[in-house]
Amino acid sequence: MTYAAHLSHSQLVIRRFLRHRLGIFGGVMTLLIYLVAAFVEFLAPHAPNTYQARDVYAPPQNVRWILDGPDGRRIQPHVFGLRSTTDYNTGQRVFEEDPERVIELGFLVRGDSYRFWGLVPANLHFVGPKDPGERVYFLGADRLGRDVLSRTIHATRVSMTIGLVGVGISLVLGIAIGGVSGYFGGIVDLAIQRLIEFLQSLPSIPLWIGLAAAIPPTTPPIRTYFFITAILSIIGWTGLARVVRGRFMALKDENFVKAALLDGNRPVRIIRRHMVPNFLSHIIAVVTLAIPGMIIAETSLSFLGIGLRPPVVSWGVLLQEAQNLRSIATAPWLFLPGAAVVVAVLSLNFLGDGLRDAADPYAN
Amino acid sequence: MARFLARRLVLMLLTVVAISVISFFIIILPPGDFVDRLVQEANQYGENLEPHEIEDLRRNYGLDRSAVEQYFVWVRNILLRGDFGYSFGWDLPVSELIGQRLGLTALLSVVTLLFVWIVAIPVGIYAAVRKYSLGDYVFTFLGFIGLAIPNFLLALVLLYISFRYFGQSVGGLFSPEYVNAPWTLARFADLLSHLWIPVIVLGTAGTAEIIRKIRANLLDELHRPYVLTARAKGLGETHLLLKYPVRHSLNPFVSELNDLFVKIVSGETIVAVVLGLQTTGPLLLEALKEEDLYLASTLIMFLSFLAVLGTLVSDLLLMLLDPKIRRQAASQEMM
Repeated sequence: MTYAAHLSHSQLVIRRFLRHRLGIFGGVMTLLIYLVAAFVEFLAPHAPNTYQARDVYAPPQNVRWILDGPDGRRIQPHVFGLRSTTDYNTGQRVFEEDPERVIELGFLVRGDSYRFWGLVPANLHFVGPKDPGERVYFLGADRLGRDVLSRTIHATRVSMTIGLVGVGISLVLGIAIGGVSGYFGGIVDLAIQRLIEFLQSLPSIPLWIGLAAAIPPTTPPIRTYFFITAILSIIGWTGLARVVRGRFMALKDENFVKAALLDGNRPVRIIRRHMVPNFLSHIIAVVTLAIPGMIIAETSLSFLGIGLRPPVVSWGVLLQEAQNLRSIATAPWLFLPGAAVVVAVLSLNFLGDGLRDAADPYAN
Repeated sequence: MARFLARRLVLMLLTVVAISVISFFIIILPPGDFVDRLVQEANQYGENLEPHEIEDLRRNYGLDRSAVEQYFVWVRNILLRGDFGYSFGWDLPVSELIGQRLGLTALLSVVTLLFVWIVAIPVGIYAAVRKYSLGDYVFTFLGFIGLAIPNFLLALVLLYISFRYFGQSVGGLFSPEYVNAPWTLARFADLLSHLWIPVIVLGTAGTAEIIRKIRANLLDELHRPYVLTARAKGLGETHLLLKYPVRHSLNPFVSELNDLFVKIVSGETIVAVVLGLQTTGPLLLEALKEEDLYLASTLIMFLSFLAVLGTLVSDLLLMLLDPKIRRQAASQEMM
C-alpha cells in the first residue's frame, strides 16, 4: 500500500468502496431500481389502471416456451388464457388454464398507449401479449382485475422518488440549520442542539399521521406528494443536521485545516478544497441511509390511507389492497409491492453501509 | 447521580410543556375542524345547515375561540381538574376513552423493549465472539431482513401465515370473550398469550439494529490490551467477557441518543391498526380522520410523554448496570 500515498482522497474512497462487495451489490441493485423507475411505462406490460372485470384475483400465469402449432413445434413464449368457474361450496371463483386459448407473448410489443415522461406519446412495451387486446398476468391480478406486476412497476417511480425528494428537502434543511449551528456556536448552537434532541425524542409516526391527516382528500395528487415529502422532512432533517454539524466541528480543528490556514489560504478555498472533500463522502453515506426510512414512512402512511391516495400508485397505496386477511388469503400475490419495498430498502442499506465504510478510507 | 436525575427531570418537564403545545397545534392549526366534518356529513344526507346553526355548533364545541385561547383552556382544565377534554366523535370524556388503551400501549411497549434487550444482547455478543461462524451469518441475514421489512408488512405476513397454515386469526390482544371482561387472572393470561405476536412485530427492527451495533462495538473491544491482560491473569473467558468488553460495548447506547423506545412507541401506532389491537393506535387514527381535537391531541401528548419517560427510565437502568455510563452521564452534566 505504499503507492496509496499518491492517490487523492476521492480515489482512496472509491478504491475502498470497490472492496465492499455487499455495497457494490447494493449499488447495482439501487441503480437497476432507479432505471426501472425511469422507464416504468415501457417496462410494465400494461397501464396501471386498466382492468378486466373477468380477471378479478386471477392467479399468476405460467409462461410456456414451446408452442405446438398447426405448423409444427416452435419456440414461442406464451401463456394459456384463464377460465373461471364459481365453486358453489365455498362461493369462491376458481381459475383454470384454458389450453385452447393461447396468448402469444413477445418482446417490444404494441400495447396500452402512454405518454413517455408525460411528453412523448408511445405504446411500445418491453414484454407483453402480441395481440394488444389480450392481457397477461405474470404475477396475478387484484380486486378489480388490474395487473399486479404492472402496478408494482409503475409504483416504483413514486415510491423511489419520494425518498429522494424527502431526503433532498431534509438535506437542505439539515445543511442550513446544522451549518448555522456549527458556524455560530455558543448559545445558537446550544438552542439548535436542544431542538434537535427534542424532535428526536418524539415518536415520529403519531406526528406524521397527525400532519398527514390534515391534508384534505380533495388535494390534487402532485400537491399531496409534496405535502407528504415535506411532512417526512420535518423530522428527517434532524439526523442530517447533526452529522453536518459534527463533521464541520471535527474538521475545523484538524491539523491539515490549520496548516492550510497558516499557508495563507482563504476560508472559501479551505472549505471547498480541504473540508468538503473530506465530509462529502460522509454526507453521501448518511443521505443514502436516510432514503430507506423515507420509503418505509411513505409506504406506512399510504397503507394507513392518509398518505398518497389512488389513482396515484405507490407501493404503500398498492399494499392497501392487502389490508384485510380475506384478500391476502385469496390472493397472496398482493404482497408483491411489499417484496419490492424490502428489496429497495435492503439495496439502499447495503449501498449506504458500503459508502459509510468507504467514507473514512484511513480507518481499518 | 441525584443531580443527573434532577436535571433530567427538569428537562423532561420542559419537554412535556413543549409536547403539549405541539400536540395541540398540530391538530388545530390545519384548516378544517369537527364542525366542518359535521356540515359535510349533513350535506351528504341532503341537509343544509344555516350559517347561524353552524355558528351555534361551533360555540357548543368551544371551537369558536382562537387556537391559543383553546389551548390555554385545555391546559387549565388538565392541570386543575385532570380533565383532558371531551371527545366529539365518541361523546365521552377523553380520559374515559384512553385510560385502558394507554395502559395497554405502555405495557406492550415495555415488554417489547425488554424483549429487544433480552434477545439482542446475547445474540450480539455471540455474533461478535463467533465472528464469521454460521450463526453469525444467520443472525446478520435475519438482521438485515428485520431492518428492511416495514412493521406493518411483517404484521400482515404473520397474519397471513397463521391464517393460512394454522387456520386461526391472531389479531387483537384478547380472545373475544375477554375483550370487555373485567381484569382477572384469566384475562391477564389471555393477554399474555396474544401479546407475543405484536411484541415480535414491533421488536424485530430494533433487535436487528441493536445486534448490529453490539457486534460492531464488541469487535472493537475484543482485541484491546486490557482483554489480553485480564486473560493473562487467568480470568475465565465468560467472566472476562461479561465483566469488561461487553460493558464497554453497551456504552454508546447512552452517549448516543437512545431512541429505541421512541421507535417502539412510534411503530406501535401502525402495528396496532394492522393487528387490530385494543391500544391507542386505532383510536388515534380514527380521531385524526374525524378531527376529534381533544382526543387526538391528548393521545399524541401521552404517546410522546410515554416515549420520553421510557427513554429516561431505560437510561437510568443502564446507568445502574454500568459504572462507566454513570461517570459519562456525570461528565456530560458538567458541559
